[in-house]
Amino acid sequence: MADISLTNLSKTYPNGFKAIHDIDLEIEHGEFVVLVGPSGCGKSTLLRMIAGLETVTDGEIKIAGQRVNEREPAERDIAMVFQNYALYPHMTVYNNMAYGLRNKGTARDEIERRVQEAAKLLELSELLDRKPRQLSGGQRQRVAMGRAIVRDPVVFLFDEPLSNLDAKLRVQMRLEIKRLQRRLGTTAVYVTHDQVEAMTMADKLVVMNAGVAEQIGNPMSVYEQPATQFVAGFIGSPAMNFLPAKLEDNGKAVQIENGPLLTLASKVNSSGSNRSIVVGIRPEHLVPTPEGAIGFAIEMIEALGAESLVHGLLPGNNGVNGVDITLRIDAATAIPSESEIRLHVSTDRLHVFDANTGERLN
Amino acid sequence: MVENRPFITFLSHGILILGVFIVLMPLWVAFVASTHPPENIMTSRIPMLPGDQFVNNYTEALTVGVDGAGKVPLSRMLFNSTVMALSIAIGKIFISILSAFAIVYFRFPFRKTCFWIIFMTLMLPVEVRILPTFQVVADLKMLNTYAGLSIPLIASATATFLFRQFFMTVPDEYLEAARMDGAGPFKFFKDILLPLSRTNIAALFVILFIYGWNQYLWPLLVTTNEKYYTIVMVIQRMVAVPDGEPLWHLIMATAMLAMLPPVTVVIVMQRLFVKGLTETEK
Repeated sequence: MADISLTNLSKTYPNGFKAIHDIDLEIEHGEFVVLVGPSGCGKSTLLRMIAGLETVTDGEIKIAGQRVNEREPAERDIAMVFQNYALYPHMTVYNNMAYGLRNKGTARDEIERRVQEAAKLLELSELLDRKPRQLSGGQRQRVAMGRAIVRDPVVFLFDEPLSNLDAKLRVQMRLEIKRLQRRLGTTAVYVTHDQVEAMTMADKLVVMNAGVAEQIGNPMSVYEQPATQFVAGFIGSPAMNFLPAKLEDNGKAVQIENGPLLTLASKVNSSGSNRSIVVGIRPEHLVPTPEGAIGFAIEMIEALGAESLVHGLLPGNNGVNGVDITLRIDAATAIPSESEIRLHVSTDRLHVFDANTGERLN
Repeated sequence: MVENRPFITFLSHGILILGVFIVLMPLWVAFVASTHPPENIMTSRIPMLPGDQFVNNYTEALTVGVDGAGKVPLSRMLFNSTVMALSIAIGKIFISILSAFAIVYFRFPFRKTCFWIIFMTLMLPVEVRILPTFQVVADLKMLNTYAGLSIPLIASATATFLFRQFFMTVPDEYLEAARMDGAGPFKFFKDILLPLSRTNIAALFVILFIYGWNQYLWPLLVTTNEKYYTIVMVIQRMVAVPDGEPLWHLIMATAMLAMLPPVTVVIVMQRLFVKGLTETEK
């Protein structure tokens, strides 16, 4: 049985703005689900609907098999970690963690046991008497986690919990949260706008755009087989290169604008030649070779140490600049000194999208 | 400003000392007068050094009272004033923090209207509505009671407005976290909002206590029984004796005593202020 199931979930604000469009999602027990998307895509709204902080306009939310649409947040058997942690500033770490349990009427020694256990797990035992303002960002983050853990809920909800930390701590806490979730085996729903966080943490990735779940799947399949051009552009850094093209030869080949004709590894399931499409190529799949089919003018090179990012343009028509292209190459690869080079792309690495709907065609 | 010019230092200290002198001089005169026998003050030269009647004068004022003021001991009036000032300060804070809580955290019809109606009463000081208020208090048989002294002064738009502004700066996430933790509206108010407002409450308490203590016109109207006189209103009565000399030594002692409680409140609460300022929570 799924821990959380969302059926046809929709949310319309009183002013008529539709924030969430018919989302269906099943979350299995112990799964780590990440909702990712650009700001304003509705990912936080969706999380807050699960939490019970936003009302549901249409559809149903079930947690552990029970409909919870009308229940108060405290009655949903969930725990939430907020973006700014929302630790009560006047309470000690201990009281912050114990507050929810006290309200539930848990016995005093049971509270003591659970808080001590969570504190040990999170290495907070020394800090239980401190106030939140005496803690560092990472410690506050852990207290917020602790507050969630002591309640022993069916689901953890995370609302961009790492966005207030510096880059190094973020990577560390990312691992810590994931490790903790594995260890406790609790289902988690995690909201982030950072696609690296999304890729690394998720068992199941939900890519959202304008209130719609564009694609739901495991991170690698989303990366390798993005369902729409939006997903392809959003997941992966640097972003996928998009080249305008036309479909040729009954869907067996693509004619890149001002570029070569590339034969596809497998036929696109679309009828009609001369259809406008967009060809997507990941930066790491473009390889500089003298025999390459695609011409490329280098503009700038960013050396990142282990790898280098090469920015440049495809040749345009009649002196007009072509499309911006980024390629990612190993730092050991010698970058040709001339400014005009040729690139090779293996044809099974091409992603073909409809130019109008953005839907994947191959 | 860090400057090391002896003249500037000298000048600024000079101005400050002059200011302190101007402020303290009348207080000093009052204090000195309260320690002399009556005949010393009535002579042409006002003494500038304390006399030897300190204990006598103050004991007389506190236990016996002054003729012009119904011969009620000052201790009684100090008590009346304290009751009145405390009721007003605590009552105002209690009522206004609850109404601000309602206005900020609850959605009910005419919420905005309610706020604006409360806000508009800011423009009506006690003196403007004093006749109708007196009528109401008289009809409710609250003349010559502590309730009559304090209740009509308790409603406060200023404090409501202040708490409203403060509540609006409290992040919504606290409310949401409290809902997650299973705290209902009043639990949230008691456990989260009230502790967070601590320094605001302290600041308001000081201001409102002094406001209540210094009430003059209202106690003058609603009290006809000497037992309910407050110390501030009685000073005037002492001066305006129909025949004979005002007893300046006792009047000055009364003034000194009337000043003491507000000063104490300010000094004690000042610590809380500073604490509130240095420990920024939120």
